[in-house]
Formats: sequence, C-alpha cells, structure tokens
Amino acid sequence: MAGYKPVAIQTYPILGEKITQDTLYWNNYKTPVQIKEFGAVSKVDFSPQPPYNYAVTASSRIHIYGRYSQEPIKTFSRFKDTAYCATFRQDGRLLVAGSEDGGVQLFDISGRAPLRQFEGHTKAVHTVDFTADKYHVVSGADDYTVKLWDIPNSKEILTFKEHSDYVRCGCASKLNPDLFITGSYDHTVKMFDARTSESVLSVEHGQPVESVLLFPSGGLLVSAGRYVKVWDMLKGGQLLVSLKNHHKTVTCLCLSSSGQRLLSGSLDRKVKVYSTTSYKVVHSFDYAASILSLALAHEDETIVVGMTNGILSVKHRKSEAKKESLPRRRRPAYRTFIKGKNYMKQRDDILINRPAKKHLELYDRDLKHFRISKALDRVLDPTCTIKTPEITVSIIKELNRRGVLANALAGRDEKEISHVLNFLIRNLSQPRFAPVLINAAEIIIDIYLPVIGQSPVVDKKFLLLQGLVEKEIDYQRELLETLGMMDMLFATMRRKEGTSVLEHTSDGFPENKKIES
Amino acid sequence: MVEEENIRVVRCGGSELNFRRAVFSADSKYIFCVSGDFVKVYSTVTEECVHILHGHRNLVTGIQLNPNNHLQLYSCSLDGTIKLWDYIDGILIKTFIVGCKLHALFTLAQAEDSVFVIVNKEKPDIFQLVSVKLPKSSSQEVEAKELSFVLDYINQSPKCIAFGNEGVYVAAVREFYLSVYFFKKKTTSRFTLSSSRNKKHAKNNFTCVACHPTEDCIASGHMDGKIRLWRNFYDDKKYTYTCLHWHHDMVMDLAFSVTGTSLLSGGRESVLVEWRDATEKNKEFLPRLGATIEHISVSPAGDLFCTSHSDNKIIIIHRNLEASAVIQGLVKDRSIFTGLMIDPRTKALVLNGKPGHLQFYSLQSDKQLYNLDIIQQEYINDYGLIQIELTKAAFGCFGNWLATVEQRQEKETELELQMKLWMYNKKTQGFILNTKINMPHEDCITALCFCNAEKSEQPTLVTASKDGYFKVWILTDDSDIYKKAVGWTCDFVGSYHKYQATNCCFSEDGSLLAVSFEEIVTIWDSVTWELKCTFCQRAGKIRHLCFGRLTCSKYLLGATENGILCCWNLLSCALEWNAKLNVRVMEPDPNSENIAAISQSSVGSDLFVFKPSEPRPLYIQKGISREKVQWGVFVPRDVPESFTSEAYQWLNRSQFYFLTKSQSLLTFSTKSPEEKLTPTSKQLLAEESLPTTPFYFILGKHRQQQDEKLNETLENELVQLPLTENIPAISELLHTPAHVLPSAAFLCSMFVNSLLLSKETKSAKEIPEDVDMEEEKESEDSDEENDFTEKVQDTSNTGLGEDIIHQLSKSE
Repeated sequence: MAGYKPVAIQTYPILGEKITQDTLYWNNYKTPVQIKEFGAVSKVDFSPQPPYNYAVTASSRIHIYGRYSQEPIKTFSRFKDTAYCATFRQDGRLLVAGSEDGGVQLFDISGRAPLRQFEGHTKAVHTVDFTADKYHVVSGADDYTVKLWDIPNSKEILTFKEHSDYVRCGCASKLNPDLFITGSYDHTVKMFDARTSESVLSVEHGQPVESVLLFPSGGLLVSAGRYVKVWDMLKGGQLLVSLKNHHKTVTCLCLSSSGQRLLSGSLDRKVKVYSTTSYKVVHSFDYAASILSLALAHEDETIVVGMTNGILSVKHRKSEAKKESLPRRRRPAYRTFIKGKNYMKQRDDILINRPAKKHLELYDRDLKHFRISKALDRVLDPTCTIKTPEITVSIIKELNRRGVLANALAGRDEKEISHVLNFLIRNLSQPRFAPVLINAAEIIIDIYLPVIGQSPVVDKKFLLLQGLVEKEIDYQRELLETLGMMDMLFATMRRKEGTSVLEHTSDGFPENKKIES
Repeated sequence: MVEEENIRVVRCGGSELNFRRAVFSADSKYIFCVSGDFVKVYSTVTEECVHILHGHRNLVTGIQLNPNNHLQLYSCSLDGTIKLWDYIDGILIKTFIVGCKLHALFTLAQAEDSVFVIVNKEKPDIFQLVSVKLPKSSSQEVEAKELSFVLDYINQSPKCIAFGNEGVYVAAVREFYLSVYFFKKKTTSRFTLSSSRNKKHAKNNFTCVACHPTEDCIASGHMDGKIRLWRNFYDDKKYTYTCLHWHHDMVMDLAFSVTGTSLLSGGRESVLVEWRDATEKNKEFLPRLGATIEHISVSPAGDLFCTSHSDNKIIIIHRNLEASAVIQGLVKDRSIFTGLMIDPRTKALVLNGKPGHLQFYSLQSDKQLYNLDIIQQEYINDYGLIQIELTKAAFGCFGNWLATVEQRQEKETELELQMKLWMYNKKTQGFILNTKINMPHEDCITALCFCNAEKSEQPTLVTASKDGYFKVWILTDDSDIYKKAVGWTCDFVGSYHKYQATNCCFSEDGSLLAVSFEEIVTIWDSVTWELKCTFCQRAGKIRHLCFGRLTCSKYLLGATENGILCCWNLLSCALEWNAKLNVRVMEPDPNSENIAAISQSSVGSDLFVFKPSEPRPLYIQKGISREKVQWGVFVPRDVPESFTSEAYQWLNRSQFYFLTKSQSLLTFSTKSPEEKLTPTSKQLLAEESLPTTPFYFILGKHRQQQDEKLNETLENELVQLPLTENIPAISELLHTPAHVLPSAAFLCSMFVNSLLLSKETKSAKEIPEDVDMEEEKESEDSDEENDFTEKVQDTSNTGLGEDIIHQLSKSE
C-alpha cells in the first residue's frame, strides 16, 4: 500500500542567525582585501562603465583602482588640501571632486591636470555630482550654498542659498537633468529644480543629514543622519519609514544593483542591508572601524568600504562554482524528453501523471531492506558524524525503536567500535542527543564487557567515556544546587504574593535524572 | 408525532469485516464478507457497499457461493440456519434450519445437494465436520436435519479445513496433526509432525491448510512461519513434504490460485507472498499492507485476490500484485487512547485508527472517510516491540487546528514525547503539519484542550501533564520577509504545589481555565493567567472536569475517583451540590445544557443525563452495557428530532455515542434496526451492470446532460425527444463489443435514423410513466443482452456481425 516512510530526522532549531537567501547571498564574498590609504576614506565611487574602476577619495588624493588591483592604477594628487567626493560621470570618462579650499575640479580619466576648475565657493566643498544631462555639475559647500556649474564654459549658472548650515551631501536625479537634491546640517533635505530659482521641495530630517540617495525611479528619497529615513517624493515628501537599526550616525548609503536592497554604513562599524519592500534588516556586516563610505560594483560583484582609519576594505564575490566534471555520460537525446509533450489534452481525456519517484537516502535504502548494520555503518562514517550528528542519532533512535540496536552494534572489530565510541565521546554530553546515546552506550558496554582488555585503543576510549560521564554528573549536580538556591529565593518572593505560580525553564534538568539513574 | 418507542441501545459502526474469508462472485464484480449478523456485498471496483443481506439472528460464520448457481450465496450462522440469497437483488430465497450452532460452511460442486458445516455437538470444544443434505422444497423455510458425519476432533476455524482436488478428499489440521479424509475410500489418514515431540518449544503447530485445486497437494502453514507442501499422502508411509520458509512469524492464511500455479501466504509481517511453482526461489512480494493478514481469498475467475486484515480492512489485489481497492471498516483492534472526538468540519467521528493514524469515520454513511498519518514513521509489525502510541488529540478553532500527542515509553525513565499541531488547509482539504514540539512536558500529558470560544482572537491550547505543570501554547506570527508563517509557542507555565495536573478545561466563553491537580481544582483567568480560586472536596483525585454550558455556564462539574460527582458554583465559589456516582464518562452536549454521565457498577453501566443547575437527572437508563464504557461523545444532529416526551428531549439536537471496552460503538435510538439501515439504491446496481467502456464514458455524460435537458423540456413544453437509452439501437451499439460491430459506415445511417422522432406521437400525459417503465425494462433487457453477447463472444467471433445486425434491425 503506502510506500516506505523514510526515517524522520530530528531537526533542532539553529541558534543565532537564521539562514536565509539573503545571508547566503551576502556571505558569498571572499575574505576582504585591505588597502591602506593616507587618511580617512571619505568617498568611494564606482565607474558606471566597464571595466568598473573605482575612485577612492582619501586625504588630498584621489586613487583610481582597477577591479582586482591592489595598487592604484591612477592617482590625482594635485590638491592643496583635502579632496572630497570624487564622482564619475555617467560615461565614466570624467571625474569631479570638491576640496577643502572651496574649489571644484574636473578631471579627465586619462589626463592628470584638471580640465576645469570651478571657483566660487568660499568654504570646503563636500559634495559634487553630475546632472543627468552630463553637462552640468552640482556642488554643495560649507558656505551654505549650492551651486550649479556649466562644464563647457566652466561658468556658474545658479546659486541656491536656502540652507542655513553646511551642505554635506547631495545627489542629482538620474532621470531629470534639472533636478537635484542636497542634504545639510540644518536638518533639511531640499530638492532643487534648475528651471526655478528656489527649492521645490524640502523635508525635515530631524538630525544633520550625512547622506542622501535617490531611487533610480526618482520616486523615493533616502536620507541618512542619526537614522535612515525614507521619503515618498511623489506624495510631496511624506515620511515612509524611519530605520533605527544603527546605534551611531549613518554616514553612507547605497543601493544594490537590483534595487531590491538598501545598504547603509555607519560609525558603529556596521553595514546593514535592508529589503526595499519591507525595510527590514536582512543582513549585516561588521567592520573593524567606523565606516565613512560604501560602494557596490556592477552586479554586486564587489563591496568597497572606506573607514576612518584609512583602511579600504574590498570584498569580491566568489566566482560561481563551476563544476565541469568529467565528460558526461551520454544522455538520451532531447527529443526523448519532448516526446508527447506537445499533445494537447482533449476534452474527455483523463490525465494520468507518472508517479513521482521518491528519492531515498542511502541509509533509508538500507533500512528499507532491513540491512541494519550497514545502515549504522553508513551513518557512523566520519563525514556524517561530524557534519550531521543528528542523522546518526536519529538512525540510532530508529534502530532502537525497531528493537534491533543491540544486533546492529554487536560483532564489530576494533576499528569499527572505536568509531562508535568516538561518536559517543563527542556527542554524549549534548542534551539533545543524550537520551538516545546513553541508551546506546549502555548497550555497547553490555556487549563488549567480556572482551574488554583485549585492545588498548578501545580500553582508552572507554576510560575517556567514563571520565566524561563523571564530569557531566558533577556538572549536573552543581546545576541542581544552583537551581535549589534559586528556588529558595523564588519561594521567599512568592510568600508575599500569596500565589504559587512558578515559571522557569529547566534546561539540563531531565538529563541529570537520566544520567544519575 | 407518532407514539414514541422506548430508547434502545443500538450497535453502529459496523462489525468486523475480517471475521471470515471474503468470497468473490463468479464474475469478480462483487465481494461478500460477513459482518456481525449481516452479509455485506461490496463492489470490487467502486468499494461501495451494494447490499446488506440481513436475516440472520446471530453472528454469521460462513459464506460460500452456490456451486450450482453462481448468482446465489449460502450463508450459515450461529443461530443454526443456512440461508440462500440472491445477492444481485439482495433477496433471501430460502432458509434451511439445522438446529445447532454452525461454525463454518463449505460447499462442493460435486456434492450437489449437500453442504459441509462445522458443528460442535456435546462438549464445548470438540468440533465436527458434517455434511448437511439440503432438501429440495419450494417452501421458504425448510428443515434440514439429515446430517452425516465426516470428520471429528477438528479445529473450529474454517482455515483449518480444505477440500482438495475436486472434492476427492478433505484435509483438516489441528495442533500437530494433519488428517486427510478420502470420500471414495471413506478412510482417514493422519500425519503427525515428528519434530513436535522431540523439541519442547518447537512451534510447528499447524495454523492453516489449503489444497491444490487440481493436483494432489496440500499446503499447510505453521506457527514457526514455515509452509509445508504435502504430497503422496495416499500412502501412510510414502508421504513426502517440502518446506517453504520466508515468514518469520506464524503463517496466518494460505490460498492457491485458481490454476494452482502459485500459492499465496500472509501473516503478521503484513506482506503478501506469492510462491510461484511452489518453489522457494520463485517468490513475489506485496509489502506494507498495513496490518496483519488474517485471511486470503482468490476470485473464481482468477483475476483478483483479496486479503482481510486485522485492522478491519479488505484489500482487493490484482493478479499482478497491485492493490486496486480497499474496503475499510471502523478500525477496532487497538486500544483507543484518544477517546471519541467529532471533527467540526466533516462531523466525522475521530479516534485512533491504524497504528500511528487517526481515523475519520462518517457516522451518517457508516464508512471510513480517511486516515490521517500522525506519527509518519515506518511501522514495524513485530511481536513485543514498543510502538509509538498516539495518546491524545484535540480539535480546535472550528476544525482549523488539530493537536496530537504521541509517546513511547520503553523504561520508566525513558520517555519520548512529541506534540504536533496540524493546520487545516482549505486547498488540499486536509491537515498539514505546522509545528512539532519535542518533549513539551517532562512526563506524560494527561489532558489537552483548545479554547473554543467564538470571539477568541488567538488560538490557545492548554496541556496538562503528570510532571506537575500545565502549559499554555499560543499561535504566534512567525513570518519574515521571505514567507508568511505561523507557529505555536509556549506562553505560560503554571503549577500548583507540584501536584500532578490531571485535567484541564476551558469555559464556554474562554474566559476561565479550570485545571485539576489531583484532588484540587484550580480556576485561572485566561487573560492574565492569574489563579482565581481553588476548589477542594477531598474526595479523591479528579477524574473528569467540565464546565456547564449556555444557561448553566456558572457551574463547574468534577467527578472524582472515589465516586463523588461535585458541582461548584463559580459565582459564589461554593459547592452547589454533590452526588454519589461512580462516573466513568462525563460528556457535555455542545448544543444544550445537558451533561451525560455514565456510571460503572459491578452489574453494568448506567446512563444519567442531567443539567448542572439541578441535581435531579433528566433521564436515567440502567444497564446500557454489561461492559465498562470507555468513552462517549455527543454528536450534533443534522436534522433535529422532535421528541415531545420530556425524558427523550435530550436526544433532540444531539446523539450520544459511546464505546465499550470491547471496542463496540453503541448509540441510542428509537428506530428499529431495519429502519436505521440505509436502503441501498437499486440504481447503483443497475448503473454498475453497464460495462465501463470508453463509449460508456462519452455517452454516459451525454445522456446525463440530455436527462437534465429532458426534464426541463418536460416541464416547459410537451413535445418530447426520445431518451437515448430508450432507443434499442443505441443501447445495443453500446453493449456490443467494438470488434464485433459492423463497419461504422453501415451503422451510421441506422444510428442517425434511430435518433429521429418516430411518427406515432404519444399523448403527453402518458409519457413520464412510460419512460419510467421502459427504463426499468430496458435496464433488465440490457442485462440479459449483455450476458448474451458476452457468451457469443466467447464461442466465436466470426460470422457474428450478421447476427448483431439482425438484432439491431429487429429492434429498430
């Protein structure tokens, strides 16, 4: 009738981080490459065009790194003071950067000297960006102004003086050449339109704004200060959600290439990954120092993080494991698989599906055919006992349920019995396995008692096991004593309340009884 | 309202189907099995019960086909009669009164007017095989007193008797002997197994015997799992036997196939073994049949086998060892731990079924709906193994949740306990495992209950355990961005002075939880989980606990082990009344205030129905059962009855079922048993007699549609289309095998002509009656014709075309 029912493998809840597709995705990076820069890395920017080089702004230099190079392939060092915010143009051929002395410089990637110098800011320029039409540059400075520059004739087109504090971040819309956004220490984020002379939208962030980000569609705005806030631009700047997952100021934001995940780096040395649908943290990275800048390469191939201690951490994605194994066995031709597939179901046809073949594990196959010793051998294999001890324990439990555990354990030679004993020694003290393994240990002792003393290897293992059990008993006794003390404390507290509710979790309590018995 | 009869205790849920070997009809379309006082006729294809042959007044002990007329069936019973039935129509043809208890029945084609029965004469455990001459007489009841003795000192079970080689001899086994009686020589040879004397514990007792249909060969099964094949037994000295050994436990039954080429055997391993050519090498298996095979039988046509199992099940198996149908009765052979429950959705009775399963049994149709696999582990059927037992189950939230508890206790200290919570899935119409909790408590769980209040927003479950705690489990949201999920977690753990928690119960509105700790009842607030008050009567441990319902919801009832029934008032927190009653079962009616209590005394069990508000019972029935009653349950009625008499009013809205220690399910009814049985429809039979050809499928559908249309047209206008089934040409076309039909070109014109309206118009009034009559006639006709064509087909296929054409044209 019903088919063979495979052995139920006991699953145990995994403590700590849950394994999700996101943790798998974001953990699939190689160990980071560390590059020492001259000062705090304030900005990292990837070129949007292949070969996806990236510009790193640190101290008075801008380094351009190739994808896998650890040495800069190019350096722009003609800054008198600290450089800020080196940003690539959309075509990857021009680079713009601000500097502490208030100048904005435009470089050609192939050249060395600046192509243009935009003079007009009186204080440090912390943010620059290209507009969507590629011919203008937006800059924001500590003199509270935001300026729009024309590249061809290096003229200042517009100046906005609406902010009342340092302008420290900004970005231009990717779709509309006239729109750009700036965030300032006056707690506001403002959207400017080059066609008008004043801001078209202003949102109150509540804290000094360290970073702003526009979604590719332009509908959502993310601003980061103490908290990360997401604003709906289409509803006139309505706050969608406030993310309070970092416990220090958030300094940088970035979107994953798919646009499904938002990354934020913070002074608390963490990078958090949010889902952009639910705004829940799905993953988090730890770094050695406070994070100032963060960038993701095309297709999330590389994560580059710049820190206050001048270290640039570069993580490359692990290449997809290519398992081009030996020349494959010749498979049936393609037409065998599509045979009859194009047949359209007629009205009165009765569809009969081929029964799905159930895959059985090897130990299940053995158990199905009552090869009990072989099944036990299979799960006592070191690869199984180390990686998945719960399978071994489940099979031992199943054999016990079938009443054949003694038969399966009997008749083993020195090597095989030491395998079993190794497993017991490793797992006996674990509370989740103890009930099953104590029973198995008793059976083994019963079976092999007559031959004890014949093999020094096995004898040593038995002594080890004995020591382990004794240690465990002592430990449990101590636990019981502690529990007794706590009970007494609870009892005195309860006296006052007059009820007899007792709530406590009793881990390790049942095992104690069993071991002692 | 008619004058009411007295309430009687009525058996329900069917009797065991596996009492004797099932018997196939000659065409393998039906299978017969004994079931208590009845014989049930099942269809082998649809698994439906087609007829119940009732007439015997005691247990039916044997059935056999009439060898002279394969449309008739003999049955014998402990009431001392042999009855002859027409099973197609379910009619009793004749009754032969023998006069003594009959234990088994055998028929032989060679012995035309006599049958063989097993009777016990003087002493209680000495059985004889006798032949009964059945007198030819036209009257309904005939005395058959002409008994002739065949064999003495035989086993009571019919498995130990077999007739061989066209009735030349009969073989009987008992303990260590095989006796063979030759009818012609009238001599008995007796063979003894030699090893039985030497070894003290050798278990080679005979258990069953079967005879080869054509050769002189007897197969016998033994306690130690061996099968012996005996040959040359005509000679007391030269006899030989060979051994076949696969079974490791007792061989329960043996059967030869019709041609005798293969031997079937089965036992506790629940594996059907087919031995081909009687050799040890050539064997085939059909494993995992679910329970011990008790009987094996083979259809006379040779295309089907069937096995009867200890879990009240008959499996019909194809010749190529593929199970094709399962006829399942109420599983009864195991002890019931879960008690009786009602599934709120299907209104089915739910209790322990097959090992590790819950069975859902429909009381209305007296049929098992399905088995839910709870334990989900391979069942090893071995003697002395400690199995995982399904000990507790409860439905909650209107059937949306099911909680089950399973445990296995090998030694005192080693307890494996698991609680599972199942969610009802509307899409798949079944329960799906949601949460599995290992070791929810450190000792056995004694009670389990859901909060079934209508307005409760969060499903809540309470478990009480012997470890002194009760735990409250709630459904929590476990979803994240990847999936939506819910799961159960522990919300609260409560205890009372470390006493064992024995019962728990929610009040009707879910605001209070009552938990009994041995002798003490504690009341908890279900919102804050604060202990509200305690009741203690010092009258022994609390065995049952339940809240009153509706107008009596302020009362709490408790029954103690010392035979005291207490009723507390929750408003005054005082004892309202108590009564001396040794309550075994206490069940509240979900539709009224009534509570049924069954008390146990040395004489038998008595039923008391009362309202908690007054200590005077509404209804008392003494002696409902001689045995201990284990469980009871109220089942809401679909259609309320209207008993006017005050004593019976408690049965108006619900019916009370209870289960005794011997696993018989009983209920109260005022109807006579004949009325209670659902009349099996004749339609079912008529429809089945149609061959299921592809044509049938096409035209069957077509006809149904047309029927509907026809009914409409009948109402609207009086012009009538002829029914397709009334046209002989079409029905013949359908019933004639395709390969003997003439060419389609020839048939086409005839077919189309037959669909045209005939010229003579019938008057509108007559038509409906006419149609009915014709329909009946037609179905009978078609039956006969069907038989005819089949016969013809057997004899010759050539030159048949003309014949059929002739028929067709004639009927046109």
